Amino acid sequence: MEWLTETKIPLGQWISSLMDALNEHADFVFYTVSDVLEFIIENTIDFLVWLPALLIIAVFGALAAVLHKSWKLTAFTVLSLLLVVNLGYWEETMETLALVIYATLFCMLIGVPLGVASAHRPWLHQAMRPVLDLMQTIPTFVYLIPTLILFGLGVVPGLISTVIFAIAAPIRLTHLGISNTPKSLLEAGESFGCTPRQLLFKVELPSAMPSIMAGLTQCIMLSLSMVVIAALVGADGLGKPVVRALNTVNIAQGFEAGLAIVILAIVLDRICRRDHKEKSGQ
Amino acid sequence: MIMSNAVEFENIDVIFGNRQAESLKLLDEGKTREEIAAATNNVLGVADVTFNVPQGEICVLMGLSGSGKSSLLRCVNGLNAVSRGSLRVRDGDWMEDVTKCDGATLRKLRRECVAMVFQQFALFPWRTVEDNVGFGLELGGMGPAERREIVREKLALVGLDKWANKYAHELSGGMQQRVGLARAFATDAPILLMDEPFSALDPLIRNRLQDELLDLQEKLNKTILFVSHDLDEAMKLGNSIAIMEGGYVVQHGTPEDIALRPANEYVADFVAHMNPVNILRGRAIMHRLDSDQKSGNTEFLLEDANIRVTLQDGVVRSANNGERGELKLINYDGTLPDELDATDNSIVFVAQEDVLLKDLIEMRSITQNPVILTRDGKVTGTLGRKEFFDSLTQTASVVD
Repeated sequence: MEWLTETKIPLGQWISSLMDALNEHADFVFYTVSDVLEFIIENTIDFLVWLPALLIIAVFGALAAVLHKSWKLTAFTVLSLLLVVNLGYWEETMETLALVIYATLFCMLIGVPLGVASAHRPWLHQAMRPVLDLMQTIPTFVYLIPTLILFGLGVVPGLISTVIFAIAAPIRLTHLGISNTPKSLLEAGESFGCTPRQLLFKVELPSAMPSIMAGLTQCIMLSLSMVVIAALVGADGLGKPVVRALNTVNIAQGFEAGLAIVILAIVLDRICRRDHKEKSGQ
Repeated sequence: MIMSNAVEFENIDVIFGNRQAESLKLLDEGKTREEIAAATNNVLGVADVTFNVPQGEICVLMGLSGSGKSSLLRCVNGLNAVSRGSLRVRDGDWMEDVTKCDGATLRKLRRECVAMVFQQFALFPWRTVEDNVGFGLELGGMGPAERREIVREKLALVGLDKWANKYAHELSGGMQQRVGLARAFATDAPILLMDEPFSALDPLIRNRLQDELLDLQEKLNKTILFVSHDLDEAMKLGNSIAIMEGGYVVQHGTPEDIALRPANEYVADFVAHMNPVNILRGRAIMHRLDSDQKSGNTEFLLEDANIRVTLQDGVVRSANNGERGELKLINYDGTLPDELDATDNSIVFVAQEDVLLKDLIEMRSITQNPVILTRDGKVTGTLGRKEFFDSLTQTASVVD
């Protein structure tokens, strides 16, 4: 067995050198990206925190009432968010909300087109599958280190790590939705003279919409599950008190902050979730 | 108006698969579908189909599943690619060979010239009835206001104007297919492709929609290619029927041709279970008059009843029987007059030559006298005892 271990393949060394090279020669790119993203996110957070908490709670309550017409959900939304204010985690909740919103936004902006492209090109789908598997299974800490080096401490490496972790869901679900468009509907579209573009926007995307919306809620949930990890590299939000509680073995603080994350998760999920009862037809 | 062909199939072969040249060669060598599939893994869809569909006719493509009828239909609007041959679609002065045209031309053809109705309706579940019907117009870039007007008109045509804002799944199967029809009518395409449109419906609704289609066809005068596996349906709707087997058209002709003179065993099997009374029309079984017998102002004798018929410009003026004298002429227009419930040998029926045998039998149950058949008011033939019996035993002699 000695021959096998004699000369180690310097796999880790290669990655490390690649990072060093990137950091040395292209650091201005990463720092510019980092600065721009940080500026946007910080301002969003400032704005959300500046708004009265009750106004935001009212908006969430109204969304629940209008989208789902359920007084139970509305009451739950309002009361649980009031509890968060009462516990004293409102500012952190808004910081986390901003992170989740941007992470989801980037995931959808990149994921939906990629999902559509891969549904139309089998080779692209084949090529992307191992990459997506890798992104979903590789331990987060592993790519946290290089993103930390490239983008510096703060909210941006947290955002990037979150996007890497969550983006597979919208890509996969968009791919699934588009490739499951019933053949008869595609033929109907074609037979009335759709251009490829019209076929995409008037037949495939509407048909895939429930699946894409499922991708959206998945994305939100996955982003929330990254909150604590993001806090490790310096992103503000509900992750910070959790990490702090872990370091000081503070059960009370850990539980309260954890509860706030759960509340935000449930509220976002319930509001974004679409009822499937109106869907049947074909 | 000169009758021109709306669709012309010329030596159409369709092969599914990626070894086209090889498969075509095998086909030319006379190999069967199974042999071609074994050698190249390609599927023979349609083989050497040549026939025309005149403008304004309903042509039914008939056959068992896998006979290539749908594959052939789908070539007309380019959903299936033709491997070899030429397929011309004509709308007025505009003519296009579907097998050769580019993407933009094909889209123009699909938007303006050829519309399609599907077996499983293929309505978009996220669109309302109104938006489903307006789909084709929307693709062409028509504005919402203009579209709305046309859509309402087409929905009224199929009797669904009150359902415009519902979603497809809120409607019954029959109503959904009416939406499918309205969607196909919306673009005013002169050619309609119908791929087993009524097969998914229960028999009662199917029958009603067939009647509605025939009524609409009277008004709209489209050219319709209709795929069916049901001979009753084909006989009822078709001006002509093309029977397909294994990709080939084994017989193409009028419903009477198919019923009276099946080309082979396969067609005969289809026909064996038909009731001829519902298919055969007067013109297929009548005794044809010579041109000098029926033109101008002449007289002729209805032989087996010894009746002398007098014509003026080819139109029946009077019928006279030696013993009874002048006989009463009754024009049959689809229903028998109420007062004629008893047998009455003092009358002679005059009916259009496309009247069904079923109705002719009803007339004969009232009078022993032969029926005089006309087209556009002019006499073309007569139907006596002999012709009736011949038709019922399907031994009628070849006509035309």
